[in-house]
Amino acid sequence: MRNIKPELGGFFQRDRSWHPPAFAPGYKSTVVRSPQRAPIAFSHTLSEITGPVFGHSMLGELDNDLTVNFARPGESAIGPRIIVYGKVLDENARPVPNVLVEFWQANAGGRYRHKKDGYLAPLDPNFGGCGRTVTDEDGNYWFRTVQPGAYPWPNGINDWRPAHIHFSIFGHGFVQRLITQMYFEGDPMIWRCPIVRTIPDKRAIETLIAKLDMESTVPMDARAYKFDIVLRGRRQTMFENKLEGN
Amino acid sequence: MVQPLPRLKETPSQTAGPYVHIGLTPNYCEIGGVYPEDLGIRMVNEKTKGERITVKMRIFDGTGSVIKDAVIEIWQADADGLYNSPSEPRGKADPNFTGWGRQASDEEGVFTFETIKPGRVPFPDGRLQAPHISLWIVARGINLGLQTRMYFGDEEKANAEDPILTRLEHQNRVPTLIAPRSGNTYHFDIHLQGEKETVFFDV
Ligand SMILES: [Fe+3]
Repeated sequence: MRNIKPELGGFFQRDRSWHPPAFAPGYKSTVVRSPQRAPIAFSHTLSEITGPVFGHSMLGELDNDLTVNFARPGESAIGPRIIVYGKVLDENARPVPNVLVEFWQANAGGRYRHKKDGYLAPLDPNFGGCGRTVTDEDGNYWFRTVQPGAYPWPNGINDWRPAHIHFSIFGHGFVQRLITQMYFEGDPMIWRCPIVRTIPDKRAIETLIAKLDMESTVPMDARAYKFDIVLRGRRQTMFENKLEGN
Repeated sequence: MVQPLPRLKETPSQTAGPYVHIGLTPNYCEIGGVYPEDLGIRMVNEKTKGERITVKMRIFDGTGSVIKDAVIEIWQADADGLYNSPSEPRGKADPNFTGWGRQASDEEGVFTFETIKPGRVPFPDGRLQAPHISLWIVARGINLGLQTRMYFGDEEKANAEDPILTRLEHQNRVPTLIAPRSGNTYHFDIHLQGEKETVFFDV
């Protein structure tokens, strides 16, 4: 593995107006779960700057293939076969290596393998719905799965989630921790979704929509969707010298 | 010195949703055989240095109900105050302590972490912070992961000089960050709203 210089700087302030606000009543669950007082800022200490980092050795061989990682031997999940790939960058546009990326999703019919999901669509005996990978030296990740289905959810009387994949991403600092959702280019349900619409800026929403990429599509096998992820970037200057002086 | 401005925007957050356990703790929600065990459930082993403690946490919503569909991740220093991270500039942390934990709750909504009491970590100006654990909370209805800290009820002296606790404008909110000790267990209740709303951080 390349010798990567440890990153020591504090992070840029988070632009909270780019993220969905805690209280977003169109998404009803936020009403009783949103803190009402302003969150309090302080200069980053080592507690914020450091974070757990995971190596490739933690991964099992099938961790990044949801079509088979829960399937019976010789079988695979039902649904349109896709590859999802992209790069994890920071706000300074630098690739971030060794980032653990975890993903989970409904099956091709829009049903989750979860005891609380009672949607009519059937479970697929060969689909668990979770996977993970770690970015390479250039910040790249990829995994194989089936395209998830849209599903109804109890919010309004006729609200549906667009097809989506949930992503959990680690950076190298604990305050880079991020959870988000990826949507699919061309899906008319995206702009009707109350959860998508918690994000105030249309340009921010557009960054969550993965583009179909025919160049990376594997002929006769799986179409590819590209989804790049940006984590918070670090300051690079005097701050780190000051820290080392302690 | 002028700081360079970020050139890209951070990817916007979306809620972890009601099925976050499928992704982060699949064995907990009966998706077995994909990973050998859920990540982050073991922070210590027999060789870990430091005082063994149990931390029990609960999360309450604005109606006073306990939340059972969340995930809490914690991050803390080892017994000497060092982080097990490549970004730790001061030395090598205890290799037998991960510093990072992830848990779902039990059926009563209790999140249990078996860990050690962390050492003190300096603030950027060189003063020591009180021992603390950093938290990150995600769930349905939480649009952006909530960040807070837990301090230790039996560290009165360190807490009284902690650079962050002493700087909070509303000192009557400090107790929302302090977990009382009983035996080897600390109990930390997190309130998302209301009179006892926990202090959350914008860090
Ligand atoms: Fe979902």
